[in-house]
Amino acid sequence: MKRKSLSIIVAAGLSAALALGGCARASQDSAGAPGEITMWTHSAGNPGELAVYKQIIADFNASQHQYKIVQQNFPQGSYNDAITAAAAAHKLPCLLDMDGPVMPNWAWAGYLQPLGLPDSLINSLLPTTVGRYRNTVYSAGYWDAALSIFARRSVLDKNNIRIPTVDKPWTLDEFDAAVTTLKANGYATPLDLGAADTGEWWSYAYSPMLQSAGGDLINRGTMKSADGALNGPDAVTFFTWFQQAFTNKWADNSGPVGNQRFIDNKVALSYTGVWNAKDALAAVGGDLLILPPVDFGKGPKIGGGSWQWGISAGCPNADGARAYLKFSFQDSYLTAFADSQVVIPSTASAAAASKYFSDTGALHQFAVLSQKFALARPATPGYPVISSTFEKAAKDIMNGAEVKSTLDTAVQAIDTDIKSQNNYGF
Amino acid sequence: MTAISPPDTRAVGAAASSFPRRRIRADLRSERRAGWAMVAPAVLLLAAFLIVPVLLGFVLSFTNARLVSPEPVGFAGLDNFVRAFTADPTFVRSLLNTFCFAAVVVPVQAGFGLVLAILVNQKIRGAVAFRVIFFIPVVTSIVVVSILWKFMYQRDGLVNSFIDSITFGAWRGTAWLDNPSTALAAIIVLSVWQAVGFHMLIWLSGLQTIPEELYEAARIDGAGAWRQFRDVTWPCLRPTRVFVLITITIAALGLFVQVDVMTQGGPVDATSTLVYHAVRMGYHQQQIGYGSALSLVFFVLVLVVALVQRFLTRDKD
Repeated sequence: MKRKSLSIIVAAGLSAALALGGCARASQDSAGAPGEITMWTHSAGNPGELAVYKQIIADFNASQHQYKIVQQNFPQGSYNDAITAAAAAHKLPCLLDMDGPVMPNWAWAGYLQPLGLPDSLINSLLPTTVGRYRNTVYSAGYWDAALSIFARRSVLDKNNIRIPTVDKPWTLDEFDAAVTTLKANGYATPLDLGAADTGEWWSYAYSPMLQSAGGDLINRGTMKSADGALNGPDAVTFFTWFQQAFTNKWADNSGPVGNQRFIDNKVALSYTGVWNAKDALAAVGGDLLILPPVDFGKGPKIGGGSWQWGISAGCPNADGARAYLKFSFQDSYLTAFADSQVVIPSTASAAAASKYFSDTGALHQFAVLSQKFALARPATPGYPVISSTFEKAAKDIMNGAEVKSTLDTAVQAIDTDIKSQNNYGF
Repeated sequence: MTAISPPDTRAVGAAASSFPRRRIRADLRSERRAGWAMVAPAVLLLAAFLIVPVLLGFVLSFTNARLVSPEPVGFAGLDNFVRAFTADPTFVRSLLNTFCFAAVVVPVQAGFGLVLAILVNQKIRGAVAFRVIFFIPVVTSIVVVSILWKFMYQRDGLVNSFIDSITFGAWRGTAWLDNPSTALAAIIVLSVWQAVGFHMLIWLSGLQTIPEELYEAARIDGAGAWRQFRDVTWPCLRPTRVFVLITITIAALGLFVQVDVMTQGGPVDATSTLVYHAVRMGYHQQQIGYGSALSLVFFVLVLVVALVQRFLTRDKD
């Protein structure tokens, strides 16, 4: 009998522990001491960024006694999934950061409340660092990113290739000629487009090229259909070029992700982001050129909108969260982010104080590119589907699929989704 | 509750001799309670992570539910299924890929596993070392294996360097995973390599249950190695065979991780599978109703295949 009761207790204890363990983990995030404000970041594994957050939080918590910010970090790869799951379980944190283009989706789903920061603060920020959906501001960021073409001055000079400027960027013909010349002169793969990467990178990097050619992800006027924008003649022209860039072996999709092949001088031109500029600068020094992207016909374009902060709809301490955000938008913090992350600070004064982005800074050119060419991705709640459909279509075309029919299929997928959601309220 | 019947009979047997009846009832009840308590953790976990999700998936299949949406969920009837078979070319392609994968992997992996098992079952020095070596890929995480093979399959990767050196440069390999005509084959090779060790072990356990006398008798009758295999080994492996066949089939139909890590269904849908497509639609594109419908189709297919196999391999007497 003794042994039996023992086994009952053990078994019951085990099941109870399992059940409780699950619940305890789930309730951890929302509850807490009064005045405690939970904050989720996507920055786990990024010590530079976390150090700045730690500093801001410590300063804010010390500056007043009403609220206390509690930070939790997630790896970027699973961050959006964590948010979706938390929202489904009504366990969203008060403060959450989000990638710019996904914000309308979350605002539409009711995850977010209007940001409610003072207009003077919002107006001081770069337009692409402010997340607007249906004329309401839901998010704001400390920085923006920008894409450019990295090159070496010595290589271009040696091959008699004109160095483009912001006012006179490369035309497509010029660019094609430049790549052909470079391929004939020692670069087996002259161009790194970053095609080894996956996920949002594809829309971020290649939809601006499409827009520069005259196409788009969706008809921005109505936001109700991608027909004509993603599969019109301009889009077909662009994607035919895109496919040829791979069939001509100008670019390929083998790794590594990042900018290593440019640093090793295995590619002459690298289409990549400001976040890779520090390493490139260290390796190439004064020879490094930060060139504007190619003009496919309608002027160069680069994607705008990076990670931004918002407040969840169910936040019981929204005033505290707002106070924290207001506190955090100090130039000294923005400069710290900019210099540790190598991203463009969102205010002019923070940029002026930055080591890299001040008027004389080595990476000032990125701030210029962002100001002149940045175009936000379409602010529609349908964006996640658009982006994942675009990625698949572009990859298929890269791998040799027929251009027009692939784009038609993508348009059909996007339009089916929009219709199934009653046009996402547009 | 049949699992605890032996102690019951013991209790009944003992009752006839000494214990009073009431005591036996209490004893029985208490054993039953213990039994329930012991299965409780498993039942709880199965209910929470298998039964409830399956039921939810079944219900969601007939709705237009979304992962993220303020729109009310509505009953959609068979819309999702109609869409899958008529308006989603990627789904049809995924279906074909999945069956193509299973049709190659099941015989190749089972056959190769059997050959390895027979080889490592020989009484030679170092047989155990070979068993360990063949088994190592099984205990390595499939994600790690996929990442490594992804590098090996690149244009200037290990596979192509190897081909280059054994053919003295006469034949140049392609970028295996980027070529629509080789990507699925590349994943098949990797999958067989990774999982064959497990089935080798199963075959091996089957081989070792065959009594040595049968081989002796066969040898006395003058049977050579091939006759011994055909008339002793093969018939005696029947139960093992059924097990191996069904487990490989189910695992092959559920192909996901390799695709997710290595190709994301590309190039041009060449490696998209049912499970991968369901995850892509249900999770990445947030159309959880449609994703559930695809999973239900997958469930029915696996069920049908398993039942057909069960029927074909049934005991005929």
